[in-house]
Amino acid sequence: MLPIPCPHCGPRDEAEFIYGGDAKAKRPAMDAPDSAWIEYVFLRDNPRGPHRELWWHSLGCRRWLVVERDTLTHEIFGAAEPGADT
Amino acid sequence: MTRYSIWSLARNGLLHHHEDWPQAWRSPEPKPAYEIVIVGGGGHGLATAFYLAKEHGVTDVAVLEKGWIGGGNVGRNTTIVRSNYLLDANARFYEHSLKLWEGLSRELNFNVMFSQRGVVNLCHSPAEMEGALRRGNAMRLNGIDAEWLDLAEVKRRVPLLDTSRHVRFPVIGGLLQPRGGTARHDAVAWGFARGADSLGVDIIQNCEVTGFRREGNRITAVETTRGAIRAKKIGLAVAGSTTLVAEKAGLRLPIESHLLQATVSEPLKPCLDLVVTSLVYHFYVSQSDKGELVMGAGLDGYNSYSQRGTLPAMEEVIESLLELFPAFGRVRQLRKWAGVMDMSMDGSPIISKTPIDNLYLNAGWCYGGFKATPGSGWVFADTIVNDRPHPLNQGFSLERFATGHTIDERGAGPTPGYH
Repeated sequence: MLPIPCPHCGPRDEAEFIYGGDAKAKRPAMDAPDSAWIEYVFLRDNPRGPHRELWWHSLGCRRWLVVERDTLTHEIFGAAEPGADT
Repeated sequence: MTRYSIWSLARNGLLHHHEDWPQAWRSPEPKPAYEIVIVGGGGHGLATAFYLAKEHGVTDVAVLEKGWIGGGNVGRNTTIVRSNYLLDANARFYEHSLKLWEGLSRELNFNVMFSQRGVVNLCHSPAEMEGALRRGNAMRLNGIDAEWLDLAEVKRRVPLLDTSRHVRFPVIGGLLQPRGGTARHDAVAWGFARGADSLGVDIIQNCEVTGFRREGNRITAVETTRGAIRAKKIGLAVAGSTTLVAEKAGLRLPIESHLLQATVSEPLKPCLDLVVTSLVYHFYVSQSDKGELVMGAGLDGYNSYSQRGTLPAMEEVIESLLELFPAFGRVRQLRKWAGVMDMSMDGSPIISKTPIDNLYLNAGWCYGGFKATPGSGWVFADTIVNDRPHPLNQGFSLERFATGHTIDERGAGPTPGYH
Protein backbone atom coordinates (compact mmCIF):
# COMPACT_ATOMS: atom_id res chain seq x y z
CA MET A 1 0.00 0.00 0.00
CA LEU A 2 1.15 3.51 -0.76
CA PRO A 3 -0.11 5.74 2.06
CA ILE A 4 -0.63 9.10 0.41
CA PRO A 5 -0.70 12.01 2.91
CA CYS A 6 -3.61 14.00 1.51
CA PRO A 7 -3.40 17.55 2.92
CA HIS A 8 -7.22 17.61 3.17
CA CYS A 9 -8.06 14.08 4.36
CA GLY A 10 -4.90 12.81 6.08
CA PRO A 11 -3.00 9.65 5.13
CA ARG A 12 -5.14 7.52 2.80
CA ASP A 13 -4.69 4.27 0.84
CA GLU A 14 -3.56 4.51 -2.80
CA ALA A 15 -6.77 2.66 -3.77
CA GLU A 16 -8.67 5.93 -3.20
CA PHE A 17 -6.54 7.77 -5.75
CA ILE A 18 -6.15 7.91 -9.51
CA TYR A 19 -2.69 8.52 -10.89
CA GLY A 20 -2.22 11.54 -13.14
CA GLY A 21 1.41 11.24 -14.21
CA ASP A 22 4.38 13.59 -14.21
CA ALA A 23 3.44 16.93 -12.64
CA LYS A 24 6.18 18.63 -14.63
CA ALA A 25 4.39 18.25 -17.97
CA LYS A 26 2.87 21.67 -18.61
CA ARG A 27 0.18 22.33 -21.21
CA PRO A 28 1.67 24.76 -23.73
CA ALA A 29 -0.09 27.84 -25.07
CA MET A 30 -2.66 27.09 -27.79
CA ASP A 31 -0.47 28.79 -30.40
CA ALA A 32 2.74 27.08 -29.28
CA PRO A 33 4.64 25.22 -32.03
CA ASP A 34 4.00 21.50 -32.65
CA SER A 35 7.30 20.60 -31.00
CA ALA A 36 6.05 21.99 -27.68
CA TRP A 37 2.84 19.95 -27.95
CA ILE A 38 4.70 16.77 -28.89
CA GLU A 39 6.89 17.26 -25.86
CA TYR A 40 3.90 17.86 -23.58
CA VAL A 41 1.79 14.97 -24.84
CA PHE A 42 4.41 12.27 -25.37
CA LEU A 43 7.85 12.91 -23.84
CA ARG A 44 8.66 12.22 -20.18
CA ASP A 45 11.76 12.31 -17.96
CA ASN A 46 10.78 9.03 -16.29
CA PRO A 47 13.38 9.33 -13.49
CA ARG A 48 14.48 6.51 -11.20
CA GLY A 49 14.32 8.35 -7.92
CA PRO A 50 12.31 11.36 -6.68
CA HIS A 51 9.37 12.17 -8.98
CA ARG A 52 6.79 14.95 -8.66
CA GLU A 53 3.51 13.51 -9.87
CA LEU A 54 -0.21 14.20 -9.91
CA TRP A 55 -2.72 12.09 -8.00
CA TRP A 56 -6.49 12.69 -7.91
CA HIS A 57 -8.21 11.81 -4.64
CA SER A 58 -11.26 10.47 -6.42
CA LEU A 59 -12.70 8.55 -3.44
CA GLY A 60 -11.91 11.32 -0.95
CA CYS A 61 -11.86 15.07 -1.29
CA ARG A 62 -11.83 14.84 -5.12
CA ARG A 63 -8.93 17.28 -5.30
CA TRP A 64 -5.81 17.01 -7.44
CA LEU A 65 -2.58 16.72 -5.48
CA VAL A 66 1.10 16.93 -6.30
CA VAL A 67 2.89 14.08 -4.55
CA GLU A 68 6.65 13.74 -4.38
CA ARG A 69 7.52 10.05 -4.40
CA ASP A 70 10.63 7.98 -5.04
CA THR A 71 10.00 5.68 -8.01
CA LEU A 72 12.61 3.18 -6.81
CA THR A 73 11.79 2.89 -3.11
CA HIS A 74 8.15 4.14 -3.16
CA GLU A 75 9.01 6.52 -0.29
CA ILE A 76 6.59 9.47 -0.25
CA PHE A 77 8.11 12.80 0.75
CA GLY A 78 4.91 14.83 0.82
CA ALA A 79 1.72 15.89 -0.92
CA ALA A 80 0.39 19.36 -1.58
CA GLU A 81 -2.13 21.30 -3.62
CA PRO A 82 -0.85 21.98 -7.12
CA GLY A 83 0.63 25.44 -7.04
CA ALA A 84 2.47 27.85 -9.23
CA ASP A 85 5.75 25.98 -8.74
CA THR A 86 4.45 22.65 -10.05
CA MET B 1 29.18 -26.23 -28.74
CA THR B 2 27.78 -29.67 -27.96
CA ARG B 3 24.68 -30.32 -30.02
CA TYR B 4 21.97 -31.57 -27.74
CA SER B 5 20.56 -34.88 -28.95
CA ILE B 6 19.62 -38.32 -27.74
CA TRP B 7 23.28 -39.31 -28.33
CA SER B 8 24.73 -36.46 -26.28
CA LEU B 9 22.21 -37.22 -23.54
CA ALA B 10 23.19 -40.89 -23.49
CA ARG B 11 26.90 -40.07 -23.56
CA ASN B 12 26.72 -37.47 -20.79
CA GLY B 13 24.16 -39.31 -18.73
CA LEU B 14 25.43 -42.87 -18.91
CA LEU B 15 29.16 -42.36 -19.29
CA HIS B 16 29.73 -39.17 -17.32
CA HIS B 17 26.78 -39.16 -14.89
CA HIS B 18 25.85 -35.63 -16.05
CA GLU B 19 29.07 -34.26 -14.55
CA ASP B 20 30.76 -33.33 -17.78
CA TRP B 21 28.26 -31.18 -19.70
CA PRO B 22 30.07 -28.23 -21.28
CA GLN B 23 29.01 -24.69 -20.43
CA ALA B 24 26.12 -23.54 -22.60
CA TRP B 25 27.88 -20.27 -23.42
CA ARG B 26 31.29 -18.71 -22.74
CA SER B 27 32.02 -15.76 -20.45
CA PRO B 28 34.63 -13.92 -22.53
CA GLU B 29 36.51 -10.75 -21.64
CA PRO B 30 35.20 -7.85 -23.73
CA LYS B 31 37.30 -7.03 -26.79
CA PRO B 32 38.23 -3.33 -27.32
CA ALA B 33 35.99 -3.06 -30.39
CA TYR B 34 33.09 -4.77 -32.13
CA GLU B 35 31.16 -4.30 -35.33
CA ILE B 36 27.88 -4.17 -33.39
CA VAL B 37 27.25 -3.81 -29.68
CA ILE B 38 23.83 -4.73 -28.31
CA VAL B 39 23.10 -3.17 -24.93
CA GLY B 40 20.87 -5.48 -22.90
CA GLY B 41 21.15 -9.25 -22.54
CA GLY B 42 17.45 -9.94 -22.13
CA GLY B 43 15.42 -12.02 -24.53
CA HIS B 44 15.29 -9.30 -27.17
CA GLY B 45 18.98 -8.41 -27.04
CA LEU B 46 20.04 -12.06 -27.23
CA ALA B 47 17.57 -12.78 -30.04
CA THR B 48 18.93 -9.75 -31.93
CA ALA B 49 22.49 -11.04 -31.57
CA PHE B 50 21.42 -14.53 -32.63
CA TYR B 51 19.70 -13.32 -35.80
CA LEU B 52 22.55 -10.89 -36.59
CA ALA B 53 24.83 -13.90 -36.74
CA LYS B 54 22.38 -16.40 -38.19
CA GLU B 55 20.54 -14.33 -40.80
CA HIS B 56 23.13 -11.69 -41.66
CA GLY B 57 26.45 -13.40 -40.97
CA VAL B 58 27.54 -10.61 -38.61
CA THR B 59 29.36 -12.38 -35.79
CA ASP B 60 31.60 -9.58 -34.49
CA VAL B 61 28.90 -8.76 -31.96
CA ALA B 62 28.87 -8.20 -28.20
CA VAL B 63 25.82 -8.32 -25.95
CA LEU B 64 26.39 -6.24 -22.80
CA GLU B 65 24.31 -7.25 -19.79
CA LYS B 66 24.30 -5.31 -16.52
CA GLY B 67 23.23 -8.34 -14.47
CA TRP B 68 23.07 -11.94 -15.61
CA ILE B 69 21.36 -13.77 -18.44
CA GLY B 70 17.75 -14.53 -17.55
CA GLY B 71 17.73 -12.15 -14.56
CA GLY B 72 15.44 -9.50 -16.03
CA ASN B 73 11.97 -9.40 -17.49
CA VAL B 74 12.60 -12.43 -19.72
CA GLY B 75 12.47 -14.46 -16.52
CA ARG B 76 9.68 -12.46 -14.86
CA ASN B 77 6.71 -12.75 -17.22
CA THR B 78 3.63 -14.95 -17.57
CA THR B 79 5.05 -16.70 -20.69
CA ILE B 80 2.06 -16.17 -22.99
CA VAL B 81 2.62 -16.24 -26.75
CA ARG B 82 -0.09 -15.05 -29.18
CA SER B 83 -0.68 -12.83 -32.19
CA ASN B 84 -4.38 -11.94 -31.75
CA TYR B 85 -4.12 -8.26 -32.65
CA LEU B 86 -6.57 -5.98 -34.43
CA LEU B 87 -4.30 -3.40 -36.04
CA ASP B 88 -2.35 -4.39 -39.15
CA ALA B 89 1.09 -3.27 -37.93
CA ASN B 90 0.73 -5.30 -34.73
CA ALA B 91 -0.95 -8.30 -36.36
CA ARG B 92 1.70 -8.76 -39.04
CA PHE B 93 4.62 -8.27 -36.69
CA TYR B 94 3.34 -10.58 -33.95
CA GLU B 95 2.27 -13.21 -36.47
CA HIS B 96 5.80 -13.21 -37.89
CA SER B 97 7.04 -13.68 -34.35
CA LEU B 98 4.59 -16.53 -33.74
CA LYS B 99 5.83 -18.29 -36.88
CA LEU B 100 9.40 -18.00 -35.57
CA TRP B 101 8.23 -19.49 -32.26
CA GLU B 102 6.84 -22.48 -34.14
CA GLY B 103 10.31 -23.47 -35.34
CA LEU B 104 12.34 -22.06 -32.47
CA SER B 105 13.22 -25.18 -30.48
CA ARG B 106 14.63 -26.79 -33.61
CA GLU B 107 16.38 -23.62 -34.77
CA LEU B 108 18.07 -23.16 -31.39
CA ASN B 109 18.62 -26.89 -30.72
CA PHE B 110 17.15 -26.05 -27.33
CA ASN B 111 13.72 -27.04 -26.08
CA VAL B 112 11.85 -23.82 -25.33
CA MET B 113 8.80 -25.95 -24.46
CA PHE B 114 6.56 -23.97 -26.79
CA SER B 115 3.07 -25.28 -26.17
CA GLN B 116 0.38 -24.19 -28.64
CA ARG B 117 -2.48 -25.00 -26.33
CA GLY B 118 -4.60 -22.05 -27.48
CA VAL B 119 -5.37 -18.64 -25.97
CA VAL B 120 -9.01 -17.72 -25.36
CA ASN B 121 -10.25 -14.19 -24.65
CA LEU B 122 -13.48 -14.53 -22.66
CA CYS B 123 -16.25 -12.07 -23.46
CA HIS B 124 -18.78 -11.02 -20.85
CA SER B 125 -21.17 -8.79 -22.82
CA PRO B 126 -22.57 -8.47 -26.34
CA ALA B 127 -20.44 -5.36 -26.84
CA GLU B 128 -17.29 -7.27 -25.94
CA MET B 129 -18.35 -10.08 -28.23
CA GLU B 130 -18.81 -7.65 -31.13
CA GLY B 131 -15.35 -6.24 -30.47
CA ALA B 132 -13.81 -9.69 -30.27
CA LEU B 133 -15.53 -10.85 -33.46
CA ARG B 134 -14.29 -7.76 -35.25
CA ARG B 135 -10.78 -8.50 -34.06
CA GLY B 136 -11.15 -12.15 -35.02
CA ASN B 137 -12.20 -11.15 -38.53
CA ALA B 138 -9.31 -8.70 -38.80
CA MET B 139 -6.95 -11.47 -37.71
CA ARG B 140 -8.29 -13.84 -40.36
CA LEU B 141 -7.85 -11.16 -43.01
CA ASN B 142 -4.21 -10.98 -41.90
CA GLY B 143 -3.89 -14.76 -42.22
CA ILE B 144 -4.01 -15.43 -38.45
CA ASP B 145 -6.12 -18.20 -36.95
CA ALA B 146 -9.15 -17.12 -34.92
CA GLU B 147 -12.27 -19.00 -33.85
CA TRP B 148 -15.38 -17.94 -31.99
CA LEU B 149 -16.31 -20.29 -29.15
CA ASP B 150 -19.91 -20.16 -27.97
CA LEU B 151 -20.71 -20.69 -24.32
CA ALA B 152 -21.19 -24.45 -24.64
CA GLU B 153 -17.80 -24.80 -26.32
CA VAL B 154 -16.10 -22.57 -23.73
CA LYS B 155 -17.67 -24.75 -21.04
CA ARG B 156 -16.41 -27.92 -22.72
CA ARG B 157 -12.85 -26.63 -23.08
CA VAL B 158 -12.58 -24.91 -19.69
CA PRO B 159 -14.71 -27.08 -17.41
CA LEU B 160 -13.68 -25.35 -14.17
CA LEU B 161 -14.80 -21.95 -15.42
CA ASP B 162 -17.88 -20.51 -13.73
CA THR B 163 -20.29 -20.16 -16.65
CA SER B 164 -23.36 -19.64 -14.50
CA ARG B 165 -25.64 -16.63 -14.94
CA HIS B 166 -25.40 -15.64 -11.27
CA VAL B 167 -22.10 -13.74 -11.45
CA ARG B 168 -21.58 -10.03 -11.94
CA PHE B 169 -20.30 -10.46 -15.52
CA PRO B 170 -21.53 -13.79 -16.94
CA VAL B 171 -19.34 -15.30 -19.68
CA ILE B 172 -21.11 -15.42 -23.05
CA GLY B 173 -18.34 -16.88 -25.23
CA GLY B 174 -14.76 -16.36 -26.23
CA LEU B 175 -12.37 -15.67 -29.07
CA LEU B 176 -9.82 -18.44 -29.43
CA GLN B 177 -6.45 -18.32 -31.14
CA PRO B 178 -5.64 -22.03 -31.38
CA ARG B 179 -1.97 -21.46 -32.26
CA GLY B 180 -1.37 -19.27 -29.21
CA GLY B 181 0.05 -20.75 -26.03
CA THR B 182 2.99 -20.56 -23.68
CA ALA B 183 6.74 -21.18 -23.71
CA ARG B 184 9.32 -21.75 -21.00
CA HIS B 185 10.69 -18.26 -20.48
CA ASP B 186 14.09 -19.14 -18.99
CA ALA B 187 14.72 -21.62 -21.78
CA VAL B 188 14.13 -18.85 -24.30
CA ALA B 189 16.86 -16.72 -22.69
CA TRP B 190 19.24 -19.66 -22.38
CA GLY B 191 18.49 -20.97 -25.86
CA PHE B 192 19.13 -17.64 -27.55
CA ALA B 193 22.27 -17.06 -25.43
CA ARG B 194 23.65 -20.47 -26.31
CA GLY B 195 22.69 -20.08 -29.96
CA ALA B 196 24.25 -16.63 -30.29
CA ASP B 197 27.40 -17.69 -28.45
CA SER B 198 27.87 -20.75 -30.65
CA LEU B 199 27.82 -18.48 -33.71
CA GLY B 200 30.61 -16.32 -32.27
CA VAL B 201 28.75 -13.60 -30.35
CA ASP B 202 30.40 -12.47 -27.08
CA ILE B 203 27.92 -12.36 -24.20
CA ILE B 204 29.37 -10.12 -21.52
CA GLN B 205 27.56 -10.26 -18.19
CA ASN B 206 28.04 -7.96 -15.19
CA CYS B 207 28.84 -5.16 -17.61
CA GLU B 208 26.80 -2.02 -17.08
CA VAL B 209 26.76 0.76 -19.65
CA THR B 210 27.69 4.04 -17.98
CA GLY B 211 27.86 6.38 -20.95
CA PHE B 212 28.42 6.89 -24.64
CA ARG B 213 31.32 8.60 -26.40
CA ARG B 214 29.99 10.90 -29.08
CA GLU B 215 31.70 12.32 -32.14
CA GLY B 216 29.37 14.57 -34.10
CA ASN B 217 26.13 12.72 -34.59
CA ARG B 218 27.70 9.30 -34.06
CA ILE B 219 28.56 7.18 -31.06
CA THR B 220 32.13 5.93 -31.24
CA ALA B 221 32.28 3.88 -28.06
CA VAL B 222 30.16 2.55 -25.25
CA GLU B 223 31.57 3.23 -21.79
CA THR B 224 31.00 0.39 -19.39
CA THR B 225 31.97 -0.79 -15.93
CA ARG B 226 34.41 -3.10 -17.74
CA GLY B 227 36.03 -0.38 -19.82
CA ALA B 228 35.21 1.43 -23.05
CA ILE B 229 34.14 -0.69 -26.02
CA ARG B 230 34.26 0.79 -29.52
CA ALA B 231 31.45 -0.08 -31.92
CA LYS B 232 30.36 0.83 -35.42
CA LYS B 233 26.70 0.36 -34.55
CA ILE B 234 24.89 0.18 -31.24
CA GLY B 235 21.48 -1.32 -30.54
CA LEU B 236 19.61 -0.63 -27.29
CA ALA B 237 17.36 -3.44 -26.05
CA VAL B 238 16.93 -2.55 -22.39
CA ALA B 239 13.15 -2.41 -21.97
CA GLY B 240 12.31 -1.40 -18.40
CA SER B 241 15.35 0.85 -18.20
CA THR B 242 15.22 2.36 -21.69
CA THR B 243 14.89 5.98 -20.64
CA LEU B 244 17.79 5.66 -18.17
CA VAL B 245 20.18 4.33 -20.82
CA ALA B 246 18.87 6.53 -23.64
CA GLU B 247 19.30 9.58 -21.42
CA LYS B 248 23.06 8.89 -21.39
CA ALA B 249 22.94 9.25 -25.16
CA GLY B 250 20.91 12.46 -24.88
CA LEU B 251 17.56 11.02 -26.00
CA ARG B 252 14.24 11.86 -24.35
CA LEU B 253 11.62 9.21 -25.14
CA PRO B 254 7.83 8.68 -25.08
CA ILE B 255 8.17 6.02 -22.37
CA GLU B 256 7.27 5.65 -18.70
CA SER B 257 8.39 2.76 -16.50
CA HIS B 258 5.55 1.03 -14.67
CA LEU B 259 5.07 -2.03 -12.48
CA LEU B 260 3.38 -5.21 -13.54
CA GLN B 261 2.80 -7.95 -11.01
CA ALA B 262 2.36 -11.65 -11.56
CA THR B 263 1.86 -14.57 -9.26
CA VAL B 264 1.82 -18.37 -9.25
CA SER B 265 -0.10 -20.82 -7.12
CA GLU B 266 1.14 -24.03 -5.60
CA PRO B 267 1.35 -26.85 -8.20
CA LEU B 268 -1.93 -28.61 -9.03
CA LYS B 269 -2.80 -31.63 -11.14
CA PRO B 270 -3.52 -30.65 -14.77
CA CYS B 271 -6.85 -28.80 -14.73
CA LEU B 272 -6.59 -25.88 -17.14
CA ASP B 273 -5.85 -26.70 -20.77
CA LEU B 274 -6.07 -23.27 -22.41
CA VAL B 275 -4.51 -19.94 -21.63
CA VAL B 276 -7.62 -18.16 -20.35
CA THR B 277 -7.87 -14.39 -20.47
CA SER B 278 -10.81 -12.20 -19.65
CA LEU B 279 -11.45 -8.90 -21.35
CA VAL B 280 -13.60 -7.30 -18.67
CA TYR B 281 -11.22 -8.22 -15.85
CA HIS B 282 -8.10 -7.68 -17.93
CA PHE B 283 -6.82 -10.91 -16.40
CA TYR B 284 -4.90 -13.92 -17.73
CA VAL B 285 -4.13 -17.35 -16.32
CA SER B 286 -2.51 -20.52 -17.57
CA GLN B 287 -1.18 -23.67 -15.97
CA SER B 288 2.55 -24.28 -16.19
CA ASP B 289 4.07 -27.68 -16.91
CA LYS B 290 4.92 -27.86 -13.22
CA GLY B 291 1.20 -27.44 -12.44
CA GLU B 292 1.30 -23.92 -11.04
CA LEU B 293 -1.40 -21.47 -12.05
CA VAL B 294 0.49 -18.53 -13.58
CA MET B 295 -1.52 -15.33 -13.59
CA GLY B 296 -1.48 -11.59 -13.85
CA ALA B 297 -3.67 -8.59 -14.56
CA GLY B 298 -3.11 -4.87 -15.10
CA LEU B 299 -0.40 -2.45 -14.04
CA ASP B 300 -0.13 -0.99 -10.57
CA GLY B 301 -0.66 2.26 -12.43
CA TYR B 302 2.10 4.65 -11.38
CA ASN B 303 5.73 5.20 -12.43
CA SER B 304 7.99 2.74 -10.68
CA TYR B 305 11.31 0.94 -10.98
CA SER B 306 10.90 -0.94 -7.72
CA GLN B 307 10.26 -4.48 -9.08
CA ARG B 308 7.80 -5.02 -6.24
CA GLY B 309 4.16 -4.09 -6.34
CA THR B 310 1.63 -3.12 -3.72
CA LEU B 311 -1.44 -5.05 -2.66
CA PRO B 312 -4.36 -3.37 -4.51
CA ALA B 313 -3.19 -4.63 -7.92
CA MET B 314 -2.53 -8.12 -6.55
CA GLU B 315 -6.00 -8.10 -4.97
CA GLU B 316 -7.45 -7.48 -8.43
CA VAL B 317 -5.56 -10.47 -9.83
CA ILE B 318 -6.92 -12.78 -7.13
CA GLU B 319 -10.45 -11.34 -7.33
CA SER B 320 -10.49 -11.93 -11.08
CA LEU B 321 -9.23 -15.49 -10.69
CA LEU B 322 -11.88 -16.34 -8.11
CA GLU B 323 -14.68 -14.67 -10.03
CA LEU B 324 -13.86 -16.84 -13.05
CA PHE B 325 -12.76 -19.99 -11.18
CA PRO B 326 -14.41 -20.24 -7.75
CA ALA B 327 -12.95 -23.76 -7.53
CA PHE B 328 -9.49 -22.25 -6.98
CA GLY B 329 -10.63 -20.58 -3.76
CA ARG B 330 -8.60 -22.90 -1.53
CA VAL B 331 -5.49 -22.89 -3.67
CA ARG B 332 -2.46 -21.35 -1.98
CA GLN B 333 -0.38 -18.63 -3.55
CA LEU B 334 3.23 -19.75 -3.90
CA ARG B 335 4.96 -16.49 -4.80
CA LYS B 336 4.45 -13.16 -6.47
CA TRP B 337 6.77 -10.74 -8.16
CA ALA B 338 6.83 -7.60 -10.28
CA GLY B 339 8.71 -6.42 -13.32
CA VAL B 340 9.47 -2.98 -14.69
CA MET B 341 7.53 -2.36 -17.90
CA ASP B 342 8.65 0.00 -20.63
CA MET B 343 5.23 1.60 -21.20
CA SER B 344 5.14 3.49 -24.46
CA MET B 345 2.68 6.31 -25.07
CA ASP B 346 0.50 4.30 -27.49
CA GLY B 347 0.94 0.81 -26.05
CA SER B 348 2.99 -0.40 -29.03
CA PRO B 349 6.72 -1.04 -29.22
CA ILE B 350 9.45 1.10 -30.77
CA ILE B 351 11.89 -0.70 -33.09
CA SER B 352 13.53 2.11 -34.89
CA LYS B 353 16.42 4.22 -35.99
CA THR B 354 17.07 7.20 -33.72
CA PRO B 355 18.21 10.80 -34.22
CA ILE B 356 21.77 9.50 -33.61
CA ASP B 357 23.19 8.01 -36.83
CA ASN B 358 24.48 4.67 -35.56
CA LEU B 359 22.18 4.14 -32.57
CA TYR B 360 19.14 1.86 -32.93
CA LEU B 361 16.31 1.49 -30.46
CA ASN B 362 14.26 -1.51 -29.41
CA ALA B 363 11.96 -0.43 -26.59
CA GLY B 364 8.47 0.29 -25.33
CA TRP B 365 7.34 -3.33 -25.00
CA CYS B 366 4.71 -2.50 -22.42
CA TYR B 367 3.76 -5.91 -21.08
CA GLY B 368 3.75 -7.75 -24.38
CA GLY B 369 7.44 -8.25 -24.89
CA PHE B 370 7.83 -11.96 -24.22
CA LYS B 371 5.75 -13.20 -27.15
CA ALA B 372 7.64 -10.79 -29.40
CA THR B 373 11.10 -12.08 -28.44
CA PRO B 374 12.06 -13.91 -31.67
CA GLY B 375 10.24 -11.47 -33.96
CA SER B 376 11.72 -8.47 -32.21
CA GLY B 377 15.26 -9.80 -32.51
CA TRP B 378 14.66 -10.77 -36.13
CA VAL B 379 13.46 -7.34 -37.31
CA PHE B 380 15.88 -5.43 -35.07
CA ALA B 381 18.85 -7.32 -36.53
CA ASP B 382 17.56 -6.55 -40.02
CA THR B 383 17.06 -2.87 -39.14
CA ILE B 384 20.58 -2.51 -37.72
CA VAL B 385 22.34 -4.29 -40.59
CA ASN B 386 20.47 -2.47 -43.35
CA ASP B 387 20.20 0.88 -41.54
CA ARG B 388 16.50 1.10 -42.34
CA PRO B 389 13.36 -0.40 -40.83
CA HIS B 390 12.15 -3.75 -42.14
CA PRO B 391 8.58 -3.51 -43.53
CA LEU B 392 7.40 -5.43 -40.44
CA ASN B 393 8.62 -2.73 -38.04
CA GLN B 394 8.18 0.32 -40.25
CA GLY B 395 5.12 1.32 -38.22
CA PHE B 396 7.02 1.05 -34.93
CA SER B 397 9.15 4.11 -35.62
CA LEU B 398 10.15 6.64 -33.01
CA GLU B 399 8.78 9.46 -35.20
CA ARG B 400 5.23 8.14 -35.18
CA PHE B 401 4.37 10.12 -32.06
CA ALA B 402 5.32 13.39 -33.73
CA THR B 403 3.61 12.55 -37.03
CA GLY B 404 0.39 11.28 -35.49
CA HIS B 405 0.75 7.68 -36.72
CA THR B 406 0.45 6.09 -33.30
CA ILE B 407 -0.56 2.41 -33.08
CA ASP B 408 -3.01 2.41 -30.22
CA GLU B 409 -4.50 -1.09 -30.05
CA ARG B 410 -6.52 -0.29 -26.97
CA GLY B 411 -7.52 3.24 -27.93
CA ALA B 412 -6.38 4.57 -24.56
CA GLY B 413 -4.50 7.63 -25.80
CA PRO B 414 -1.12 8.84 -24.54
CA THR B 415 -1.59 7.49 -21.00
CA PRO B 416 1.01 4.74 -20.49
CA GLY B 417 -0.65 3.40 -17.36
CA TYR B 418 -3.84 2.53 -19.26
CA HIS B 419 -2.44 0.41 -22.11
